[in-house]
Amino acid sequence: MSLEFLIQNALLVFLFVLCLIAIELKDLLYSVIVLAGASITLTVVFFMLQAPDIAITQAAVGAGVTTVLFVIAISRTRRRE
Amino acid sequence: MAGMTVIVRTIARLLFPFTFLFGAYIVIHGHLTPGGGFPGGVIIAASIVMLILAYGIERAQKKVGFLHAEVLESVGGIAIVILGLFGLLLGISFLQNVFPLGELGQLFSAGNLPLLYLGVGVKVTAGIILIFYAMLFAFRGEEE
Repeated sequence: MSLEFLIQNALLVFLFVLCLIAIELKDLLYSVIVLAGASITLTVVFFMLQAPDIAITQAAVGAGVTTVLFVIAISRTRRRE
Repeated sequence: MAGMTVIVRTIARLLFPFTFLFGAYIVIHGHLTPGGGFPGGVIIAASIVMLILAYGIERAQKKVGFLHAEVLESVGGIAIVILGLFGLLLGISFLQNVFPLGELGQLFSAGNLPLLYLGVGVKVTAGIILIFYAMLFAFRGEEE
């Protein structure tokens, strides 16, 4: 029961809450931004599990590329669910 | 996409060289530090996509066109296959190392691994730019 263990579990709970918020939001643009925040949280969890390689990939793909892809897709379709 | 305001354009223009340099560093040091061809290629592609979104699709297409990206992706794939065939031609298995290994921790070491990362980086960069162009051009005919 170290401090690192507590922080890691708190980050996992935070990730779960962010994903629930992203599902429940009715405005899809807000949902995409919350999903980017969840991706950053997952990056910190990967880094704490001593996988910096996966953390870099998750940060670049999850927060960078997928967010812009979703925003372009929303601009092509409707914003409200 | 017609481009954005002056603030977004200035920030994108100032941030572009640093993002590009970081991606190139991750690709070139792929065999020494965490990272490699895929994350570095994604970061380079993100820097170029940032410019595309800030300056509008028409001005970006004069710099990096659809055909440029397609040719670059094929060049990356061919580089990976040729590197693999080097090992096969010398009588050992596919992608086996045939170059001198060098000293541990140096930039020019690890045989064919840095060249392989360069090929993967070029292929991933061009591929992600192609995905964005495809997304932006997908419904062009219906709008006009």
